[in-house]
Amino acid sequence: MAEPQRARPKPTPETQHFWDGTKAGELRLQRCDACAHVYFPPRPFCPSCASRKVSVFKASGKGLLYSYVINHRPAAPGFTPPYAIAVVELAEGPRMMSNIIDCPQTPEALELDMKLEVAFEALDDKITLPVFRPTKG
Amino acid sequence: MRKNQVAVVGAAETTELGIIPNVSQLQLHADAALNAIADAGLKLSDIDGFATAVETPQQVCHYLGIKPTWVDGTSVGGCSFMLHVRHAAAAIEAGLCKTVLITHAESGKSMIGKAPRSIPADSLQGQFEAPYGVYGPPSMFPIPVLRFMKTYGITHEELASVAVVQREWAARNPRAMMKDPITVADVLNSRMIAYPFRLLQCCLVTDGGGALILTSADRAKDFPRKPVYIMGTGESVETPMVSQMETFNSSSAFKTAGPLAFREAGIAHGDVDHLMIYDAFAHLPLFGLGDLGFMPHEETGQFIADGNTRPGGKLPLNTNGGGLSYMHSGMYGMYALQESVRPMRGIAPAQVPNAKISVCHGVGSMFAASGTIVFTNER
Repeated sequence: MAEPQRARPKPTPETQHFWDGTKAGELRLQRCDACAHVYFPPRPFCPSCASRKVSVFKASGKGLLYSYVINHRPAAPGFTPPYAIAVVELAEGPRMMSNIIDCPQTPEALELDMKLEVAFEALDDKITLPVFRPTKG
Repeated sequence: MRKNQVAVVGAAETTELGIIPNVSQLQLHADAALNAIADAGLKLSDIDGFATAVETPQQVCHYLGIKPTWVDGTSVGGCSFMLHVRHAAAAIEAGLCKTVLITHAESGKSMIGKAPRSIPADSLQGQFEAPYGVYGPPSMFPIPVLRFMKTYGITHEELASVAVVQREWAARNPRAMMKDPITVADVLNSRMIAYPFRLLQCCLVTDGGGALILTSADRAKDFPRKPVYIMGTGESVETPMVSQMETFNSSSAFKTAGPLAFREAGIAHGDVDHLMIYDAFAHLPLFGLGDLGFMPHEETGQFIADGNTRPGGKLPLNTNGGGLSYMHSGMYGMYALQESVRPMRGIAPAQVPNAKISVCHGVGSMFAASGTIVFTNER
């Protein structure tokens, strides 16, 4: 029997650009052409002003650690506890859930508001997940 | 909605609470419904309005053998029943029905006749949250709490005191699952679940159910039990994605539903004699006390740690022991409502003397939804 797998995202037409982006090593966000609001998760209209004129752009990939838990039990399939489930506040404004790599998964190491940068983790040939690591220097 | 025009005339929980491996989820609905019907001195055929969550109204109505003219299947998580009370009160006032039954039941522990919850891989949660290892409420609901604690200076000891104080209430309640006294040290030394939350800061997982019966206040005086009036109500939703909350320092749904109910009831915080705040996890009473406007968020931890919400304190909170010590089948809102009705009827195991106003505040699907009901025993 195969090992239990980490949950795999299944893109929809409205989110496909995001997943195409991560595969290409880009974190793509959307900005409203009418009111300049930047938002996530993807949708083909602005959740702030309802305009359907929106653009996709490549985000800086920089952010801050907004909050997290360190999960011990029960662990999700494909995860070895303890692991942090983090929420990152992106430099462009929106927040996203993620994991923090290259960092001990401890309360001491995971300091709120620490600087983070995006990295990309390929799950298979279709899906690459954005994850974050502490910014060096 | 006008206040005090609709009343609770029947309220009961399932015959057993806790671990009930010999009863299906659907039968738990029926057991709670029949107990509430008996409590109200009614026949099933008197019920012409029905509401429930997770199970469909048609399923439960068919099983019970009732033919309502008004149904509500609002299912927004554990506070669905607060929303049902609000909707039922409006329906009764509008003349759509006369006598509403609201049921909840969940085989949360034994999983008998209960469909597993799953997150579709093409939903927004399935794409943007599940891949990061969230696994049920214990790893999702507490995600905001470290930010909340940093912003307001809430300590781990204060957060632990929520569980300690609620255990004091549970000790006075024969139906509570966990009654042994605990200390802050016990909480902080209990098994780690999802840092910063340990076992004793997480709700129990049990089987059970409850039901309420509502009718117009004018009819309510002819029922065997003392009526408990619906004084004010509020509801709202925010987001099913905990990562997308407006801020982690507060709940937008709490801040909408709670004050709406207070305004409708025409009450001030000092008028509240008894308070229930849905405590799936230990941080929720802190969010609730702040978002409902009882005090600034930064004072909430100290307020509870100082004993203000314990037996004999000035603001009795979660007097059945709460989801942390009483029971929690997965959707706790019905049990909070039951525990608001009891002291208004004067029959709570840990009765609050002379209580006239009880506020019951619910939350659903992490911070996705909220509903607040203000009850009173004086018309």
